[in-house]
This record gives sequence, structure tokens and C-alpha cells, in this order.
Amino acid sequence: MTPAVAAHGEATGVERVFREVSGQAVATLIRIFGDITLAEDAVQEAFVVASDRWRSDGIPPNPAGWIVTTARNRAIDDLRRSARGRGLHEQLGAVATTSQGPCTEEWGEDGPVRDDQLRLIFTCCHPALRTEHHVALTLRLLGGLSVDEVARSFLVSEPAMAKRLVRAKYKIKAAKIPYRVPEEPDLPERLRSVLSVLYLIYNTGLDGPERAPLRSEAIRLARALVELMPDEPEAAGLLALMMLSESRVPARTAEGALVLLRDQDRAKWDRTMIEEGHAIVRACIRRGQPGPFQLQAAIQAVHCDADSFEATDWPQIVALYDHLFSVMPTPVVALNRAIAIAEIKGPSAALTTLDTIAPDLDNYHLIHAARGTMLRRMGRRDAAQAAFERAAHLAATEAERRFLAQQLEELA
Amino acid sequence: MSQYLLSTYAVEGEVRGAPGTPKEMGAFMERVAALEAEMEASGTFVFGGALHGPDAATVVGVGDGDLVMTDGPFVEAKEHIAGFYIINADDLDAALAWAGKVVDAINHPIEVRPFRATGRVEA
Repeated sequence: MTPAVAAHGEATGVERVFREVSGQAVATLIRIFGDITLAEDAVQEAFVVASDRWRSDGIPPNPAGWIVTTARNRAIDDLRRSARGRGLHEQLGAVATTSQGPCTEEWGEDGPVRDDQLRLIFTCCHPALRTEHHVALTLRLLGGLSVDEVARSFLVSEPAMAKRLVRAKYKIKAAKIPYRVPEEPDLPERLRSVLSVLYLIYNTGLDGPERAPLRSEAIRLARALVELMPDEPEAAGLLALMMLSESRVPARTAEGALVLLRDQDRAKWDRTMIEEGHAIVRACIRRGQPGPFQLQAAIQAVHCDADSFEATDWPQIVALYDHLFSVMPTPVVALNRAIAIAEIKGPSAALTTLDTIAPDLDNYHLIHAARGTMLRRMGRRDAAQAAFERAAHLAATEAERRFLAQQLEELA
Repeated sequence: MSQYLLSTYAVEGEVRGAPGTPKEMGAFMERVAALEAEMEASGTFVFGGALHGPDAATVVGVGDGDLVMTDGPFVEAKEHIAGFYIINADDLDAALAWAGKVVDAINHPIEVRPFRATGRVEA
């Protein structure tokens, strides 16, 4: 097991610190040297030095500062030695002369260093790059995952992921994708792209136990984003949405099969996370600037507030879905709204709505699973079976396939 | 300062969204002239223009030490560059902003490609 892999399992103190400071250190080194690969290599070298020294001397009080200083000095040494770096090294004269000591003037907890991570996440999620590049770069550079860990999370080989990262970094450098926080009027759209990438990372983490680390990484990055952009309610909304979803994870599967909200053991829900999620949602409501992530968080907050499925405030849920659909009119939102409608108006009304959106979502397993559920409640067994079979054929994860197999068994 | 190529493609000789009537052509020319004046005034414009079609192209190669001429374009494809701008821009965001203005003016997609730092071109 490599140290990076161990960090996801029984992480030692040193490895946990590496994971926490990696994104900060890489971001700061990129600002200093303007080169992503150089920054990654230098931080990696600093971790090698640290894993020796910290195990004997203990973890220093400002581990991120220690890593940045060590990595910067290493990078400058490497540049001095290599012919290729001579030009760059000359430009860095000023940096080289200020690189003594563990805590130089530009290192601080809140100052420009925090902004480095913010700049980097906007670079990683730039719209000129593909979504698969956004995700891979964010996890590698800000999350500090190894190439192999990123590769395994997305079921591609390590060489394929390495190639994807090289390609993305090449484009950033060649096309000069800027390393800065976008300004108005671009900021809202660019922030949406960042938030979507974090949510995609989180949701990928729900696909199976081997991907669980992606969820904690997404939550950690969302938390950092909220700290960095406290005036952006959608960032807070995303964090709350993730917390409230995460609170239910212990009840979400049983023996490898998905358990529906209706059947979950609510005693297994994580109350601490629910309280934090609720607090964020309440703060969002007070601000009165609702957006898609805040509304989705509010819907989850209502679910988490109910002692039982039956006690859920369904009219409130449907009202929130109506609001969500008005700002995000996608078929998937319509699907979730229809499922909520079933709890007020019955399965037949829900099925009518589902059938109107089904053509748009024919390759999405959840529409067929929802239709199957409604048809079964209406006593239409054959039609329900056909719908569940179609859902099982399209299902993306093992837990969902097992759940759908259970539904088919019960119908047989 | 970097330089970027903003290129527009014709598919089978057609530029989708191109002006059809003389009146549309007049409005199109006005938009392009205004855009180029803005590029010029801000120091963005390096060079640009519309190209004749691939039937007007000649490929020059070398065989046995002699120059060899071949009628036609280098790549036999449905798509060919119809025109381009070369612009100065600080970074990709600045280049993309100009590309957006070109798209608005010509009503056709634009490919943005950075120049390598070779010869006279800065990166």
C-alpha cells in the first residue's frame, strides 16, 4: 500500500496532514512559479523530506507553511541545477532571496495564501476545459489525491488518467488559462461550474464503498470554498446539500442494496451533520437569495427534519420543487417533483406527470424505477415489472442493481 | 502578451449563419468593420481576413530536391478555414472575450488557438 492509499484507510497523523495541506501548498507554489508540474513535483519532494523529519521531530505548528517553504527552496535548487530552468530562475531572483526561514512575510493563515486555492479551483474548473478534466484536476491539485487514486475513482487505468491530467495541464499552460478568481459579470457562471464539479465529485463518491473518499474530499473542498467566498450563498447551499445527504449515508444501503428514503432507519442518520446542514439552510433563508443548490439543500432539510416518512411535510417539499423547477427547469428536477407529488395526490397523478417527462429521460434508470414504483402501488404488476426491468438494465451502480433485483423478486 | 488565432470554418463551402440578402450583407459588413476598429484601437488586432475557398489552394512540397506543386488543399476535408484573426491578448480569458465578440458579429462558431512562443511570437 502506498502512503497515499493508506491515507484513505488508516491515515497516520502525518499522512492526514499531507492530505490537508497539499492543495494549499500546490496552489501557493503555482502562484510563485507559474508552473503546475513544477509545483506538484516540489510539493511531493517536500512531503518526502517531511515524512522523515516529522516522524522523528513531530509535526510542526504550521505544517502548511513548512511544506510551502521546503517545496519552494527545493524548486529553486532544482531550477538552479537544470539548464532548462535557467531562464525561469533568473526571473525568480527576487523569490530566491526571500526564501529563508519557515514563515516569510507572504505566508499567513488568511492572506494571499488562502486566495491561492480559490484561484486554483477556478483554473481547474475553467470552461475551456472538459468536465472530466475539471474533476481530475480538482481532485489531483486541490484534493491532493494521487493519480492512481483519481484513476480508480473514475474506473480508468492509471496511465489513462495520467494522460488526461497531462493533456489538461498542457492546455492550461499553452492557452494561458488564467490563475485568478473571475470578476463580475463572469463570476456567477464560473462559480456555478466550480460548485457543479464539487457536487459531481460528491455524487461519484456515492456510487460505491471504494469511492467514499471522494465524498469527504468534496465536502472538505466545499467547506474551504464557503470560507473563501462567504458572500456566495450558493456555495453555502452546496455545503448544506452535501452535509444533509451525507448524514443519511449510514442508512442508505443495507447488505449492498440501496434503501429508499421511505424504508431507511432514521436512527442511523447522523444528527450532528443534520444540525449543521439545518443551520446553514436557515442562514441561507435569512439571506433571501435562493439558488438551485440552496433550494435542493432546503428540500433535503425538510426530509431530515421528519421523524418518519409519513410525517414528512410533503406540501413544503412540492412547493420547494416548484421553486427549484422555476430556476432549474430540467427533466431530472421534474422527475423528483413528480415523486414528491405521489405522496400528496397519489401514484396515479404522479404517473401522469412521469409519463410526460419520460421521453426526455428514457436512458435514465431512475425514471423507470419511479414509474415501476407508481405502477406497483396502483396494482399494475406487469407494467411495474417491465419498468423495473428497464431500470435494472440501465442502473449505474451495484447498490441500485441489487435494489431493483429485490423489487423484481417481490413482484414475482 | 500572447497571440491567439481565432479561426472560422466553412463546412462544404458554406458558412452557416452567413448573410443571405444584400441588406443582411450590409449589416454584417458594418458589424465586422466596427469590431475590427475596436480591435485596432485596443492594440488587439494583429492581422486577419477572409480566405478564398480550398479550390483556390495549392500545396507546395519537395520531391527529389525539386519543388512539387499540387492543385488543391493540404487536407481533403468537408471543413476548411474560411477566415481568421490573429490577436494579442493577455491570457485565454481575454482571448475568449474577443472570440465572443467575433461570434456576435459573424454569427458563426470560432476556434481559439494559442500560438507557440517561437520566432517573433511571445508566449
